[in-house]
Amino acid sequence: MNFVMREAMLTFRRAPLLSALSVTTIAFSLFVVGLFALVAVNVQRALSQVAERAEVVAYVLPGTPIETITHALKDIEAFPEVTTASYVSEDSALARARRELVELQGPLRELERNPLPASIEVTLKPADRDADHVGAVADRIRDFSFVDDVRYGRDWIEKLDKLRSVLAAVGLAVGIAFAAVAVIIIGATIRMTVLQRGREISIMRLVGATDWFVRFPFLLQGIIKGAAGGLLAVGLSYAAYLVSNRWLMMRTEFFNPEQAAAIVAGGMIIGLFGSWISVGRQLRKV
Amino acid sequence: MIKFTKVFKAYPKGGLALKDATFHIAKGEFAFLTGHSGAGKSTILKLIYAEERATEGEVRVSGFNLADLPPRQVPYLRRRLGIVFQDFRLLEDRTAEENVGFALQVTGARRAGIEARVMRVLTQVGLAAKAPAYPRELSGGEQQRVAIARALVNEPTVLLADEPTGNLDERATRGVFQLLRDINASGTAVVMATHDLDLVRQAPYRVIELQDGALVYDSSVDEPRGEQAAP
Repeated sequence: MNFVMREAMLTFRRAPLLSALSVTTIAFSLFVVGLFALVAVNVQRALSQVAERAEVVAYVLPGTPIETITHALKDIEAFPEVTTASYVSEDSALARARRELVELQGPLRELERNPLPASIEVTLKPADRDADHVGAVADRIRDFSFVDDVRYGRDWIEKLDKLRSVLAAVGLAVGIAFAAVAVIIIGATIRMTVLQRGREISIMRLVGATDWFVRFPFLLQGIIKGAAGGLLAVGLSYAAYLVSNRWLMMRTEFFNPEQAAAIVAGGMIIGLFGSWISVGRQLRKV
Repeated sequence: MIKFTKVFKAYPKGGLALKDATFHIAKGEFAFLTGHSGAGKSTILKLIYAEERATEGEVRVSGFNLADLPPRQVPYLRRRLGIVFQDFRLLEDRTAEENVGFALQVTGARRAGIEARVMRVLTQVGLAAKAPAYPRELSGGEQQRVAIARALVNEPTVLLADEPTGNLDERATRGVFQLLRDINASGTAVVMATHDLDLVRQAPYRVIELQDGALVYDSSVDEPRGEQAAP
């Protein structure tokens, strides 16, 4: 094992430029994937926060009898998507506005008449907080005759949803393109190394080295380069994360350890794949 | 040990390199393969260590039938053989000791025993003192001794030598040849391709002579010939 490891590391010394190039390409391919993933992770997070607040608010026509509303609340709570439905009277709406909108406390106090309508606030089960379900619930509530208007963060939810899918698709496409380049470069590195070490490889075979023994250092080399590229990509992503937090004043989240490990593992897979497809073909030529 | 039965070898562009060769080399035997360049000496050696496959006929070496030997078995055949070339084929960036140890490492030998085994064969070829030297620091004869040590370290049953003295001066040639004789005396079969007839005459060993791919003389079967008969 020691011997194989030493043989694998030898290439870094013998072809440092090509090795660095492979590592950098893998790093960039994963960095691009990582960057898009990072944005996707944060959009996902924002989305779930918005979704948590994705309550449907139904404004009630003035003068609706409280019995009608109480009755309707029961109906709404019986919807399969709904967790709670609660009534907010005009007075409590004003009280809440005074409490929450501190800047407007003055003007609000001076109001002669309460301009705020009464409303029914509906919260949904976490699984049903996507655009489709929220829309369906809103439509059903709109059907109540006493309901003046229904509001919910539909636009936001749909836009974020779309953004997330676009980001995921673009990230994946660019990442795959870079990964393909990385595979080609690793293949080229292996070809150069095999040619450079042709004499050594033929001697190894002459003294009875198995094909696997000859091949293994090259595969290991690919895995090591991939891991180095993956680590570099995580480092670059972390730098991007720091930059966005410090200078763009965005409060974003970084990958959790599992996600970071997945990026490094991705690098190892790219490295292994690149060396695998090249080494067999090249060794036959020696 | 080594058995050729009606063996033909044709190269795609080179015509017939070996025609209808039949011979048997016994365990512990010393045999010369002689003939002009291109007569087929190297082809026979390559067929023995499975670098080439016979186009027709049967080649058996150390219990392996090479006609249906799967490629992944070739390394195991080669571990029973020692192979030495005219150009030594040493790794320039490794010392004599490392070159010999290399043959053990690639066969997955345990590290613990490698050094002792390497020093034993280097002593056997008379180069124990040159163990830390790089090939460029050694004379041709010494480099060939390192190559022989590398061939011996796996304790082969047969040593194949393809023009082992072709690049050496007379003194080094004598030394290397004596070493091969000693190795043979200790029980290892030696098959040596050479066109150095002085060497061939020096020793009472079997001579297999080739001409244009055909086996034209075998001293173990044919009548002894006068000195002038060999090319």
